[in-house]
Amino acid sequence: MMRTSAQRIVGRAAVIFAALLLVRATCADVLPDDRADLFYSKYSGGGMDITGESALVRKKITENLAVEVNYFVDKVSGASIDVLSQASQIKDERKQSSGTVEYVHDKTTYTVSFINSVERDYKSDTGSFSLKQDMFGDLTTLSLAFSNTNDTVGENDGGCGCYNGSAPPSITWLGHAESRSYDVDLSQILTKNFIAGVNFNVITDQGYLANPYRSVRYLDPTNAKGYSLASQDYPDTRTSTAVQVEGKYYLPYRAAITGSYRYFRDTWAIVGNTYELDYTHPISNIWILEGRFRYYKQNHANFYSDLFAYADEFRFEGRDQDLAAQDNYTIGAKATYAFLPNGWKMFKRATVTFDVSRVTFHYLDFRDIKYYGVQNGYQPGDEPLYQFNATVFQIYMSMFF
Amino acid sequence: MPSLRRSIQWACAALVAGAGLMSSACTIQPWVKPYERDRLADPIMTWDRDAISSAYLDHIRESREGSRGASGSAGGGCGCN
Repeated sequence: MMRTSAQRIVGRAAVIFAALLLVRATCADVLPDDRADLFYSKYSGGGMDITGESALVRKKITENLAVEVNYFVDKVSGASIDVLSQASQIKDERKQSSGTVEYVHDKTTYTVSFINSVERDYKSDTGSFSLKQDMFGDLTTLSLAFSNTNDTVGENDGGCGCYNGSAPPSITWLGHAESRSYDVDLSQILTKNFIAGVNFNVITDQGYLANPYRSVRYLDPTNAKGYSLASQDYPDTRTSTAVQVEGKYYLPYRAAITGSYRYFRDTWAIVGNTYELDYTHPISNIWILEGRFRYYKQNHANFYSDLFAYADEFRFEGRDQDLAAQDNYTIGAKATYAFLPNGWKMFKRATVTFDVSRVTFHYLDFRDIKYYGVQNGYQPGDEPLYQFNATVFQIYMSMFF
Repeated sequence: MPSLRRSIQWACAALVAGAGLMSSACTIQPWVKPYERDRLADPIMTWDRDAISSAYLDHIRESREGSRGASGSAGGGCGCN
């Protein structure tokens, strides 16, 4: 059923693509400047530390053709609370490589890209194609995109080989998952100060969709804790739809304000609402300062429960914290400093950016069973609700040439 | 067969609509003239100034939230831990 629906959508996307190819516009689009970026990030929160390092190079081969390569490595130490509730913490590393080719013909930009992501226990390959069309005197930009992802999911027994004397990892491969994503984005200039956008996205998944490191818990009077843990069992299909509307307004002085709202729902009955507000303020042509606030809220998936009444109560059961009812808010600030205004050797200009975000997560039906239990007087289901703060720090340098 | 016929009808309609939309794009007069777009061309009006940073933040969010999509690319990987 899902495949039939997906094939129909692919067919329609192909037809729209064919229609767009009929266009013979008069004034060509141009590709962005060549650039090289170095990026470092650090995430700390909820018992986890993740550092990320990335390098990106983008180069025009001709006036119409550009290539971009990106390499990203993130290293994880620690583990989130629901993993810690059943296992030891894990050290892991993810390496992601991507390549993109972009071609401009008149007012149409075609993009083909490939992403490969490898962890010890997870492999992912994504291929994507998109086209962007400027129209109506360049007031309107329509983008269509399709991507296909194939994942191979495994479970690490906890070994990493990363400490003296620690056992090497043993991976059990559990299954495959396939995901297809369809995007339609429209950006519209409304006035000389205001631009608006609508983004529509559908994703279909099929295969092994559970997180092998997390467990469900159920009441068990024979266990001293009052509960026992068991493997999660997820549905093997999921389809989600997301719509985002956004607007960016140039204020009476040189600054911009951006607002966006996203509505999300899926076949697991998760409904999410995201609100974001962003203020950007340049100082001469040297600094660009940015402040942002984001609020997110969702209800739980229809097969989620923090505590099931007994083992195998339902056909599908999950206790993954991202499936729980939750809200979170983010306060962030970013400063971009422009240097080399007169260029240096092959470089025309350069920027360095500092970005810090503080995220506060509140779970509405996910309880903290790692630090609270019968040993401190809490019966199963009465433990305090889990919450945590996370800090995300990023620094990156961009050189344009 | 009915689904095939419906697909063909849809395809014809999309072709006609798409071609009509695109050809009319050449004749519509823009209500914001090119010389009035200096503010829109300011870097502070760019939707996404830093693609790596946005993709990184999206990846973090998608590992912690049930929602996904319609806000840029999040890359691959599990985010299982």
